[in-house]
Amino acid sequence: MTKDECKKLVLDIIADIAPDEDLSNVKSDVKLRDQLELDSMDFLDIVMELRKQHSIEVPEDQYEQLASLDSCAEYLTPKFNALV
Amino acid sequence: MARQKGISFEFDGELPGIYIFAMALSRIVITGVGLTAPNGNDIGEYRANLLAGKAGIQFMDLRYMGTVPAGICNYDALRYQKKKEVRIGTRAGSISVYCANEAVKHCGIDWETMDKSRVGVYVGTTEHGNVETENEIFNISKFDYDTKFWSHHHNPRTVANNPAGEVSLNMKITGPAYTMGAACAAGNIGVIQATQMLRLGEVDLALAGGVSESIHTFGIFAGFKSQGALATHEDPMKASRPFDVDRNGIVVSEGGCLYALERLEDAVARGARIYGEIAGYHINSDASDYVLPNPTRQTECMGKALERAGMAASDIQIVNTHATATPQGDIQECIAIAKVFENCPNTYINNTKSFIGHSMGAAGALELAGNLPSFDDGMVHATINLDNLDPDCALPNLVVNEPLAIKQVDAVLNNSFGMLGINSALIVKRYDA
Repeated sequence: MTKDECKKLVLDIIADIAPDEDLSNVKSDVKLRDQLELDSMDFLDIVMELRKQHSIEVPEDQYEQLASLDSCAEYLTPKFNALV
Repeated sequence: MARQKGISFEFDGELPGIYIFAMALSRIVITGVGLTAPNGNDIGEYRANLLAGKAGIQFMDLRYMGTVPAGICNYDALRYQKKKEVRIGTRAGSISVYCANEAVKHCGIDWETMDKSRVGVYVGTTEHGNVETENEIFNISKFDYDTKFWSHHHNPRTVANNPAGEVSLNMKITGPAYTMGAACAAGNIGVIQATQMLRLGEVDLALAGGVSESIHTFGIFAGFKSQGALATHEDPMKASRPFDVDRNGIVVSEGGCLYALERLEDAVARGARIYGEIAGYHINSDASDYVLPNPTRQTECMGKALERAGMAASDIQIVNTHATATPQGDIQECIAIAKVFENCPNTYINNTKSFIGHSMGAAGALELAGNLPSFDDGMVHATINLDNLDPDCALPNLVVNEPLAIKQVDAVLNNSFGMLGINSALIVKRYDA
């Protein structure tokens, strides 16, 4: 999996979690909370969907790694590739 | 002490002084209605279908239960909620949000300038949390029952105040917002709670009634089935048949109805249209059985509601029955009604569940709403699906299968009873300035 593929996968999860949001212009290097209406419960939803859909665990002390699409890709891509 | 047809009703003790003060203080009126029923998403559509004999029951597939008749609502949730609110919240919350917004719109109050800290939300529910808990158990069953897959949304979804809380979040209401758990008497009790809080001066506008999401829990259906009280019929539209000799139980429905209620002086001051006035009510308990109703206590409940309203039984033109189409429950209520309304040739009896099934916590409020327009149109909607009247349910003036035009409707008595023996009777009368 590439980092771009990882970003798309995270965006697909966000599309379900925040269905009212326009995700067409999400900036990769900007915090998701600064450009979308996402709260702490929504981030827990992202963690849950990663667990359910992809068997990926994000420990609580590493939630900050999900702050932006860039940080998500940096943190999650190796985890996805380790699954294969 | 009031005497009615040889039956005496009296309060067992002294009424608290504040109650007498409050009663003298304000008359409480209905100025708006927001509802969704299996056969209508506003009071106009709902009433038209009740008068046209149009039921709203269909077959649905339900986890573990297979195909069952049920009353399903098709309101537009996204009229007042974002998709995310619908996803995170509950069906009962969504129904409540729809009804509350509709009630505010219907009552015509200036919502933008309304002090939201003076608005109360009082939502009656039969039960809450079954749907969400069953869904989560089903969810983790796909993960070998590992609870790390249990949703963090579970607790806010299942706290008992969820439906009212979702209304407060959606409408930015900062006044009291809570639910009353009162089995299937809850819809009436929501309105009664609002009446009391308005009289006490706790709020200036109340959004009150009841809601149900019960069709989404297999447990309700399975429980009634095990009890021998779940309706079956080859035609779902005919499945809910109170008073018919072939009735075989309850059709479970979802729905909601919240009223806008105000003190009369406030409603008059803003020139509001008044749809009816709360004339009297009573709540009591059977204290006799978990599920079997008690006609003696039901008789007392109706009698004390009449007494509080300062009315005789003959002052009531419509008695809307609670009857759910269980073999025993219908007969018990008929015994109670026959006792209270004997020698009342101008009192007519009907039943709304024959159209919409049993909408549980919403039932009392929705069924009252089905009859409220009778003050304007002088019609008594029928009880339908009554092909062979059970002789034990042969009440005089039961309005069967076709609506009836009568001279004038001045007062409606609405019965709602529930498990564990909770009874409620609510009387609404025509508003006269």
